[in-house]
Amino acid sequence: MSQAATLALESRQPMPGIGVYNQKFGMWVFLLSEVMFFTGLIGSYIILRFAHPDAFTEPGRVLNVPLTAANTFILIVSSVTMVKAFASIELGDQRGLRRWLLATVLLGAVFLSIQGVEYVKLAEHGFVPMVASYAAEGAPLYGMTFYTLTGFHGAHVTIGVLCMIFVTVKAFRGRYSQADHGGVEVMGLYWHFVDLVWIILFTIVYLI
Amino acid sequence: MSTVATATAGEAQVHAGHDDRSFIRKYIFSTDHKVIGIQFLFMSLFFLVLGGLLAMGMRWQLAFPSDPAHPLPGGSLLPETMVNAGIVLPEFYNSMVTMHGTIMIFFAIMPLLVGVYANYLIPLQIGAPDMAFPRLNMASFWLAVPAAILILAGFFVEGGHAGAGWTSYPPLSVESGYSGVYNGQVLWTLSIIILGFSSLMGAVNYITTVVNMRAPGMTWFRLPLATWALFITAILILLAVPVLTGALILLLFDQVLGTAFYKPDAGGQPLLWQHLFWFFGHPEVYILILPAMGFVSEIIANGSRKPVFGYKAMVIAMISISFLGWIVWGHHMFQSGMNPLLGASFMASTMVIAVPSAIKTFNWLGTMWRGDIHFHTPMLNAMAFVGMFVIGGLSGVFLASTPVDVQLHDTYFVVAHIHYVLFGGSLFAIFAAITFWFPKMFGRMMNETLGKVHFALTFVFFNLVFFPMHRLGSNGMMRRISDPTQYEHLQAFQPTNRMISMWAFALFAAQLIFAFNFFWSLFRGKKAGPNPWRANTLEWSTPSPPPHGNFATTPVVYRGPYEYSSPESDEDYLPQDRPPAERPTPAPEPVPAGG
Amino acid sequence: MDGWLPQNVSTFGGEIDSLFYLILGIAAAIFVIVEGALVLFIIRYRHREGRKAAYIHGNNRAEFVWTLIPFLIVVFLAARSTGTWLDIKSPERMPADALELRVTAKQFEWNVTYPGPDGRLGTADDFVRRNQLHIPAGRPVRVTLSSEDVIHSFFLPQFRVKQDAVPGMSITIWFEATEPGEYTLGCAELCGTGHTRMMASVTVHEAEAYDRWAREAAGPDPSTLGDGI
Repeated sequence: MSQAATLALESRQPMPGIGVYNQKFGMWVFLLSEVMFFTGLIGSYIILRFAHPDAFTEPGRVLNVPLTAANTFILIVSSVTMVKAFASIELGDQRGLRRWLLATVLLGAVFLSIQGVEYVKLAEHGFVPMVASYAAEGAPLYGMTFYTLTGFHGAHVTIGVLCMIFVTVKAFRGRYSQADHGGVEVMGLYWHFVDLVWIILFTIVYLI
Repeated sequence: MSTVATATAGEAQVHAGHDDRSFIRKYIFSTDHKVIGIQFLFMSLFFLVLGGLLAMGMRWQLAFPSDPAHPLPGGSLLPETMVNAGIVLPEFYNSMVTMHGTIMIFFAIMPLLVGVYANYLIPLQIGAPDMAFPRLNMASFWLAVPAAILILAGFFVEGGHAGAGWTSYPPLSVESGYSGVYNGQVLWTLSIIILGFSSLMGAVNYITTVVNMRAPGMTWFRLPLATWALFITAILILLAVPVLTGALILLLFDQVLGTAFYKPDAGGQPLLWQHLFWFFGHPEVYILILPAMGFVSEIIANGSRKPVFGYKAMVIAMISISFLGWIVWGHHMFQSGMNPLLGASFMASTMVIAVPSAIKTFNWLGTMWRGDIHFHTPMLNAMAFVGMFVIGGLSGVFLASTPVDVQLHDTYFVVAHIHYVLFGGSLFAIFAAITFWFPKMFGRMMNETLGKVHFALTFVFFNLVFFPMHRLGSNGMMRRISDPTQYEHLQAFQPTNRMISMWAFALFAAQLIFAFNFFWSLFRGKKAGPNPWRANTLEWSTPSPPPHGNFATTPVVYRGPYEYSSPESDEDYLPQDRPPAERPTPAPEPVPAGG
Repeated sequence: MDGWLPQNVSTFGGEIDSLFYLILGIAAAIFVIVEGALVLFIIRYRHREGRKAAYIHGNNRAEFVWTLIPFLIVVFLAARSTGTWLDIKSPERMPADALELRVTAKQFEWNVTYPGPDGRLGTADDFVRRNQLHIPAGRPVRVTLSSEDVIHSFFLPQFRVKQDAVPGMSITIWFEATEPGEYTLGCAELCGTGHTRMMASVTVHEAEAYDRWAREAAGPDPSTLGDGI
């Protein structure tokens, strides 16, 4: 029992706390702020889109829905591999942890690559966030909202992949144990969040 | 970041005493919440002065609009693009207006209330050795520094600083063709984005720390109201700032990338910015007042030697304010062109949010009622908060009524309202807090006489400056105009404007007393013991200043924070961590001369 | 100059003013009670030797009372304000037989489009006047507001009229002048470096005098010929 808990018991005072360790609680709190961030962006997209629906239907044919659907599946699978990594270390399985973490990193990287390729192809078709001379003309509404939404999500995935590499390296160095693997759990929370945001984005931007 | 999964709540590390960190680790790149709080203190005080100087420039122009016989003092030091032959150019006036608001809100009041006191007080008041994430805390301060540099840089770039108001409404703020400003607007946008990240990091830290690191016995309803207020404020920051960040990113893209989120010609919507901005902006004003309310509760209880009247009601009122604060943002946009029915619904929620503030006011009065009031400097400033906040709140009721708002929106009535709550409210609370916690921070007392003189002058001048603005506004003086004499219906009020300016210069001058008191006391103030105010909360059970790690042993909390004049104690106070039925040992220090 | 509000020359202005004074009265009463209590307590409960503070934590009944009463007051004010608000701003309640004008705000002037002799806006005989708003007394006026560039705000202090002019939006408001005279139109939203001088003259004519003016005025706007500031 911790020193504080002992003190509490001895003095017959309640021991405060939420029963979740700091890093995990902190990650949940941070993710709450991320929810607000994406809500602001998605809300803006919805408002702009419903004010000018005509600006959005034509480009709907430009986006590659099947490819992105496959990409969505890849991201979902990466969440599964993340869960398996966490489950492994919960059982003390170091090999499993390393294997599944590597898989998650690879899948995350594949997701980003496919997104990148799609960006390039869209740009080749003239679908860009802004008009080349950003002086007087505005931008195609669809372009700027599409790239902003998916771009910020992509940035979050990129940061996630980088952190995931860091966690994987630590795993290979044997820094996690069955008793002590908060870093893996917290990484997992972030990764699942990023996946969830993507599912929502994909639905709103590609399907509706 | 440590991944020790077993770090449970209230784990105290016995650090206190021996500290062999280098100077840089101790004072510059420190992870100690107390040092970080003090770093924020010096940074914000600098910006408070800068914000005040900008206001003086504005008041000079309003007193002598474009009058060659009264050139702006110091105007010759400024470039001709700002001040030409002593005359303030309109673009510079707009920048002064914009930067006064921006600096005061984002770089002075917010960091003074949150950056300083959330950092300094929370671990001490809950009995923790430091924040949950000390390195994140250090990052939070050092991220505020580049934001500060960017906001200062805007004064030196071509085109001058941002000039679209602190509210930065597009299209004015996104098209340099309309505002005449490009670089300044971009710097402004970038700076606030970065500052937002700093605030968010802080919020994650404060919330986690309060939830998870309270000492044994420190239940939710034994928390000091200052910590409650800061905790609730942190939640508001956590949820509101990201929305602002998103809005600012879209603004930045419009400014530099040629997108059109807010430009109507290409399908964008100026009103989208207003909704996003004020969705953040209204919780923001509660961020700017709630911590102040918390400090005032602490200090009034202490000054009255009496428990806070209605502690639970105070907590519930703060929680109500924080909930209701999310559904009133439209009242900043009543005349914006939104649907009148939507406006009516925002009126309803806005009227209702007056109620919890009223409850708090009555509870402060109830705390003083039948008290044993000592008029030390913090108490004087805290009482002024109550008196002035009431006026600010009442003027808010006028603005809440949508038809009356038709006349008052975007006039000096709003300026009066803002300053009664932010200066009359928050700033007096800040003066109270700085004076009250100064001995804990620096081991010395601030001078009481200087404190009282500063208080008296500030109180009088403040009212002389801002009260007349209510009438200026209701009589039709618009905001952000640099020359009211252009308007026939305002010419008769020019003497009032000039008088306001005179009192404003006096008000600014009076702050020199505070500045002098602050810096002089840092070196020559009377040495302070651990508990000079005879208070009950845990920070007063540590040395002044506390060592790294705060508490030699983890404190245990036995009671609430406001057990003043308790029959259980021989003295008129009873610290939270004093074990029950134990004789107090040292004689209490005399309270600094007051009352 | 001694009062709180400028003269009122609009039909619904009186409703707004009486609401203003109602709130003022309530605010004054609350001010006296609260500040009075504050001062009273400062005097009565100041520290004196031998006196101890009362060890009281609160009173639930007091909480209930001072929650309920402010709540009733604000609900009353909200209800009382709603009718006036909808009368002024609600599109369904705008008078049908109003004189239609279009006002386009731009940096830093107000361009008013008049319907011309045929009495209808949007026809070939419409004419524009810069920074001159002419309206008849005793007849409702409907103004459709828009902006060419940034957000401005159409503010007639003596009419208790204010409406933001937002680029990309067409917003309609109405008001009715009660007496002839010369008044001011100002801009109430920061719109750039010329914000302070963005004003127009407002001339309210007697009804027949207005028709005469409208007939004479139809034609090119003299103020747009040559350079004007």
